Amino acid sequence: MPARLEIRTFLHAFDRVFLVRLLFWALLSCVAAAQPAPPAPQARFVVVLDAAHGGDDAGGRLANNQLEKSFTLALSVRLRSLLGARGIQVVTTRESDVGVEPEKRAEIANHAQAQACLSLHASENGLGVYLFASSLSPALHPSDKDLSLGTPVQPTRFAAWKTAQTAWVTRSLALEGVLHSALQHAGMSVTLGRTSLPVVDSMSCPAVAVEIAPEMGPDKKVAAGLDDLDYQARVAEALAAALVEWRSEAHQP
Amino acid sequence: MIPRHQKLLFGILLLASLVMGVTLWQLRERAHKRLIAGQDSAPTRAPEVAPAEQATLLVANDSDSSMRTQIHSLPLPADPGSRARAVLGKLLDLYAAPDAAHPVPGGGSSVLQVFLLPVPESAASAAASVKPKSGDSSSAEFRANTTGAAPREQPQTGPQLAVVNLTGSFAASHPSGIEAETLTVLSICGTLHANQPRITQVRFLVDGQTRATLAGHADLTRTYLAGDAVPAEGTQP
Ligand SMILES: [Zn+2]
Repeated sequence: MPARLEIRTFLHAFDRVFLVRLLFWALLSCVAAAQPAPPAPQARFVVVLDAAHGGDDAGGRLANNQLEKSFTLALSVRLRSLLGARGIQVVTTRESDVGVEPEKRAEIANHAQAQACLSLHASENGLGVYLFASSLSPALHPSDKDLSLGTPVQPTRFAAWKTAQTAWVTRSLALEGVLHSALQHAGMSVTLGRTSLPVVDSMSCPAVAVEIAPEMGPDKKVAAGLDDLDYQARVAEALAAALVEWRSEAHQP
Repeated sequence: MIPRHQKLLFGILLLASLVMGVTLWQLRERAHKRLIAGQDSAPTRAPEVAPAEQATLLVANDSDSSMRTQIHSLPLPADPGSRARAVLGKLLDLYAAPDAAHPVPGGGSSVLQVFLLPVPESAASAAASVKPKSGDSSSAEFRANTTGAAPREQPQTGPQLAVVNLTGSFAASHPSGIEAETLTVLSICGTLHANQPRITQVRFLVDGQTRATLAGHADLTRTYLAGDAVPAEGTQP
């Protein structure tokens, strides 16, 4: 009889110790889980500029034998200095004429934990500036769920990596809206669209692909070609103004 | 003197070889007949025989990034895969025309095949409806439909995945640009869905292989939702 009592008290004591440990562990894990969030500094605002193409990938051919890869790099450099002057930290995916794989570009962007990612393109097709958010959809009807959320369909060439943008589409559309108004404010014709671009689809940040075509005049004809330095400068200024606006929106409570 | 059991064995073997000979002869005849029948149904004439029907094309326009519905009358084969190919051929012919609103060189011959497969989720109809475009099965189906017989074994409902196989030269000569490539992809998806509403998903191959992008931009490794294609690109509301 006393032996059984001893066992019971022992078990009770064990239970209590276990319970205390469990509580302590839960507390610790709560603190650990909460930890990554607070240090995110209020003032940290990073923009990723992705000068599309480069190296062997020349991109499209533009007027006057200019290549898309050179145009995008020049725009990226110009925009970086404009943003730097406004105190915005910029991360670029390339600084010279080198080929960078889409996965690597997305990796750079995702590592930067940026508040805005712009993939810069240029084309002789069309007129004005085209803004594209990812066509990955955050909310489609359930039967389309697999595709829209990007989980493997059948022949699984899909990885979650390739559809990281899914979670960001809503923010990307908001960024697209801010870019839209800034460009319009600068007197440019803007066309909004959705597309499926490997780089943007793999980015986990508010991301927009910007494709610059020749400027459209009031007669719906070309007012300035892509080689027009003034046009290039105005586009860069408008994009910089949009990102400043985006920063102020991001920092509002 | 030959023992009796050896004579018996010899007789049995002789009989067996005779039977085998006759059987082989019959098999050969049957194979020959099948071959002749197969030649009859070679699919060379099918598309020309196809009656002209109305097809709905979603035609892209670069000037305002829109896609407009156009109705065209063209010969459409009965086989859904060939039919989808014919409709896309017409669409790409329009893009290759000199005054095209969305100019893309290549034309109708740029669509090598369109394979229609049941969408993976509806596994119920999996096996039956894999329809290679060329070869005996499609021509057999064509005959079955023109003679008024009910199409066989095909599930008549359920979503389909269209696999569009384009030529390498089409991709190589396609104008490079997000806008231009997106319009091509979306108009192909929208046109397929408009003519065969069962086609809800579209994938692309180039010369039978997967390819990263159409001409440096539009992702060709993903599955496109065909129903989404229409409103996605600046179409008037
Ligand atoms: Zn580009």
